[in-house]
Amino acid sequence: MQELIKRAKELLEDGTVARVLGWKAGDLPYNPEPAYFDSTESLADFVYNGFCGANLSKYLIEASKLEGKTLVCLKPCDTYSFNQLLKEHRIDRDKAYVIGVGCKGKLDIERIRKMGIKGIEQISGAEMEDAADTLTISTIYGERSCKFADAMLERCHVCKGKEHQVYDELIGESKETKDADRFAEVARIEAMTPEEKFAFFQKELSKCIRCNACRNVCPACSCRKCVFDSNKFDSAQKANVDSFEEKMFHIIRAFHVAGRCTDCGECSRVCPQGIPLHLFNRKFIKDIDEFYGEYQAGMDVNAQSPLTDFTFGDVEPGIVGERG
Amino acid sequence: MQRIGVFVCHCGSNIAATVDVKKVAEMALLEPGVVHAEDYQYMCSEAGQEKIIEAIREKNLTGVVVCSCSPRMHETTFRKAAEKAGLNPYMVEIANIREHCSWIHKDMEEATKKAVILTRAAIAKVNLNTPLKPGESRVTKRALVIGGGIAGIQTALDIADAGYEVDIVEREPSIGGRMSQLDKTFPTLDCSACILTPKMVEASAHEKINIYTYSEVEKVSGFVGDFTVDIRKKARYVDMDKCTGCGVCQEKCPSKKAPSEFNRGLNTRSAIYTPFAQAIPNVPVIDTDSCIKFKTGKCGVCSKVCQAGAIDYTQKDEIVSQKYGAIVVATGFDTIKLDNYDEYAYSQSKDVITSLELERIMNAAGPTKGHLERFSDGKAPKEMVFIQCVGSRCADDRGKPYCSKICCMYTAKHAMLIRDKYPDVNVTVFYIDVRTPGKNFDEFYRRAVEQYGVNYIKGQVGKVIPQPNGKLLVQGSDLLDNRQILKEADMVVLATAIEPNEGVRKIATMLTASIDTNNFLTEAHAKLRPVESPTAGIFLSGVCQGPKDIPETVAQAGAAAVKAIGLLAKDKLLTNPCTAQSDELLCNGCSTCANVCPYGAISYEDKEVNDHGIRETRRIAVVNSALCQGCGACTVTCPSGAMDLQGFSNRQILAEVDAICR
Repeated sequence: MQELIKRAKELLEDGTVARVLGWKAGDLPYNPEPAYFDSTESLADFVYNGFCGANLSKYLIEASKLEGKTLVCLKPCDTYSFNQLLKEHRIDRDKAYVIGVGCKGKLDIERIRKMGIKGIEQISGAEMEDAADTLTISTIYGERSCKFADAMLERCHVCKGKEHQVYDELIGESKETKDADRFAEVARIEAMTPEEKFAFFQKELSKCIRCNACRNVCPACSCRKCVFDSNKFDSAQKANVDSFEEKMFHIIRAFHVAGRCTDCGECSRVCPQGIPLHLFNRKFIKDIDEFYGEYQAGMDVNAQSPLTDFTFGDVEPGIVGERG
Repeated sequence: MQRIGVFVCHCGSNIAATVDVKKVAEMALLEPGVVHAEDYQYMCSEAGQEKIIEAIREKNLTGVVVCSCSPRMHETTFRKAAEKAGLNPYMVEIANIREHCSWIHKDMEEATKKAVILTRAAIAKVNLNTPLKPGESRVTKRALVIGGGIAGIQTALDIADAGYEVDIVEREPSIGGRMSQLDKTFPTLDCSACILTPKMVEASAHEKINIYTYSEVEKVSGFVGDFTVDIRKKARYVDMDKCTGCGVCQEKCPSKKAPSEFNRGLNTRSAIYTPFAQAIPNVPVIDTDSCIKFKTGKCGVCSKVCQAGAIDYTQKDEIVSQKYGAIVVATGFDTIKLDNYDEYAYSQSKDVITSLELERIMNAAGPTKGHLERFSDGKAPKEMVFIQCVGSRCADDRGKPYCSKICCMYTAKHAMLIRDKYPDVNVTVFYIDVRTPGKNFDEFYRRAVEQYGVNYIKGQVGKVIPQPNGKLLVQGSDLLDNRQILKEADMVVLATAIEPNEGVRKIATMLTASIDTNNFLTEAHAKLRPVESPTAGIFLSGVCQGPKDIPETVAQAGAAAVKAIGLLAKDKLLTNPCTAQSDELLCNGCSTCANVCPYGAISYEDKEVNDHGIRETRRIAVVNSALCQGCGACTVTCPSGAMDLQGFSNRQILAEVDAICR
C-alpha cells in the first residue's frame, strides 16, 4: 500500500494525474469505501486491503468528463469492466491512468459473520502486503480466527486470473485464488424442474427491497437513464401493480447486461439481502459460452460480442430454442 | 384521447364461421377510446371500405382498427380508404383474426375470445398511434444480376431490352452456368450449347449489359432503389483488353494437371485456362494454385508465348463499387455431395457417376469426346443402371426432402440418347415415381420406354457393390413384381439431387433476403409473388428459388426482369415512415445499435445536448431514415430504450402486450 501511495503522490505532483481514485477507510474496519483524492495530503486517508472489493471502473464514466487524468486503482478482475466500458465508448482511455493493483483475493464480511464471528473490532491479516493464510479477528467477545480463503468473496473462488487486462503500470503481487467451478451452481439450477426453479427464484428474489444497489454498482448498468426510472416506457409504474415486480426487474436487468456482464460479482457483493444475483448473469455467460464459444466480456476490447455481432457460424435460433 | 372505430370483417365464412363477429364488435365498444364498432361481410369490398370512410367522416374518428385478414393482404386497402376520408393512413391498425385466429381454431367460443383479445391489443396500439408521413427516395436506374447462367442471362437481356443498364456478376471465368455443361436438352433434344451460346453472345454484345466474370459480390448496402454493391473482380492475371483469345498460352502451359471444373473433374486442364471453347469472355484466367510461376516463381511460359503481351502476373483483385436500383439473384445450383450415400459406391468406383458427369461424357467437347466409356478401363459399357432420387425426396436428414424436379426427365433423355447411339447397351432405370408434368414431357418419357426400350423398374437400389471382375453388382427391389433384383452393370449413373449453389447463404445474408432450411431463397408470397424476395428490391430468378428445368427458369427469369423493370421505371419511391429514432437524452453512445443494424443506417456523432439543464457533448446515435428499413433490431438491443421505432414504439408494443395479458 505504501508503494501505491508513494507512486500516486509522484503522479499527482508531476501533474500526470489530477486526482486519484481509490479507497479510504470507512467507519468500520471492514468497509473501506471508494474515494477520490485530489491532493498529496489527502492521500493520508488512502487504504488498500482485503476488504477493498469495490470495482472502481464505473466511476470513470463520470471521471472521464472531468478535467485532467484520473489515476484509478484496478484489481485484475476490475480491468475487464474497464475494457467493456471502453468498448461501449462510455469511458475515455486517455482520461484514465490505470494502476493495476495486486490482489490475493478479497474478503466478504458476511462470510465471516456466518461463521458466528460477531462484534468485530479489528481484523488483521487482511492487509495487501502480507495477505496471510489466517485472519485474526478481535471481537468484543475476544479473539477469533478463520482461514483467509474461507472468508473470500464468492467471486474470488472463481477468480478469472491474476493478469490485468489493461494497465499503465502494475504495483503489487497478485495471486489466482480460483478453487471452485464457476458454473457449478448454475448447472445445479438448470437441473431443477421448472417448478423448483420458479420456487428457488421466488424465494431469493422476494427478499429484494428494490434498493437498486445492484444496479447502481453494476459497471454494465450504466445507462444515463435506466428504463426503470424512465416515464417513457410505463415500466416505472408497473412496480405498483405487480406483487412480484422484483423478478421482472432482475430478469430484465440480466437481459440488459447479457453479453456485456464481465461477471465481476459486484451485484451479489453489495446486495444487502444476500441474493445471489450473479447467478442470472452467469447463466447467460454459460449459455453464450456453449452457443458461441468461450467468451469473456472485457478481455479484448476489439473482440466481437457474441450477441450483437453476426457470424456465419452462429447457432441457429431453433437450436437455442430446442435446448431451452 | 383517440376516437377509434372498429370494423370487424366476416370474410364470408372464413372468419364468421369460427368467430362470433358480432360479439367481437360488441366487446370492442367497451374498450377505451372506441366510439364506433360494426361488423360486415367483406370489409375489403367497395361497400366495406365505404363504411369505414363514412364512419371516419361522421364520427370524426382519429383511429381505425380493422379486424380482418393478415395486414399483408389488405393493410394497404384500408390505409388508402382512411386516407380518402382524410385520416392519416398510419392511424389504421389491423387485428389479424383470420390467419392468427379463425383459420387455426375450431372452437367458436375460444376463437371468439382470442379475436376479442387481438382486437383489444390493436385498439391499445391505435390509442398510442401518431400520424406518420412517408418520405421519398430516388431510384438508381441500373440493375445487378448475380449469376451468369441461363437465368441471369435471360433476366439481364430482358431488363436491358427495356432500356436499363444491367451488370451481371459471375463467379466463374465465363458466363453460361450449368446449362453450358449440358449436352442435350429435354424434351426436344436440341444441343444445349447451340441454344445457349447465342444468348451468351447477345448478352455480351448488348450495349446495356456489362458483364463481370470471375467476380463476386463482396458487400451490399443501401435499400430498394438505392443499393450500393462492392464487386470483387478477382485477378485474372490476363489483361482483358489485350488478350485476343488465341489460346496459345493454354496449349503451351506446362502445368496441365488441375482437375477441370467444367468437366466435373473427369479430366484435367492447364493452369491458365478458359473453362470451355465458347467461353464468354474468351479470356483465360490463371489458377494460381496450379500455376508453376506462382508456386515457384520460375516458368512464365504463357507470358513468353503471348503475342499480345496480355499476361500480367502482378494483377491484383479489384473492387468496383456501383449503385443499383434493383438486384436479381440468379445463383443457380450444384449437385449435392454424395458423402452420405456410400451405398452407391460413388467414391469406390470410377464407373459410378453422377448425371451431370454423364452430361460431360456424352458431350463431344467432354473428357471422352462424346464416347460412352467406363472410366476404370476405357471399355464401352453393355449394361447401364440409372438410379433415381439419389438424395432427393429423402425422409431423413441424409439428403434433401424435396423433389429435384429435373431428374426424371434428364434420365429419360440420357436413356434414350444411349439407346439411340448404342443400341447394344441395355439401360435400366430404378425409380420411385416418374414425374413428367410439363409440355411434351410425358410423351418424351413414353418414347424412352416404348420406342427405345428403356427398362424402367419401380423400386429403389439398396447397394452398389464393385466386383473383382470390374463390374458393379446392383442390388435393388422391384416393387411391382415384389422381388429382389441383383443385376450386374458396367456403369451406374446417379440422379443426384440438386441444391442451391454454395455461397448463396452468404449472398442472402448480404442482401437480407430470407432463405429456407434448404438454402433456397424464399419468395415474398408462395403463390402471388413468386419472383420477389420479401426484401424490397431483391428479385429471384432460376433455381436459387427452387428446383426448375430450363423452360421454367427462362420464364421465371423473364418474370423477375419484369418486376425489376417495374421498379426501375419509377423515378421515386415512397419510403416507409416506420423508421427508428434515437432519443438523444437516453442514448448512451455505446454503439451496440450500429453493430446490429443490417442496413448501416446508424452512425454516431458528438452532439451538444441539454439534459435538464446539464449541457454537455455526448456521443449520440443518429439514424439515417433513408437507409433505415424499420426492422427494429436496434430497438431491442438498445439497453436504455433510446432507440424507438415510429409506428411500433416500445410503448405501443408494451400496450399491446398489456392489453393481451389484461
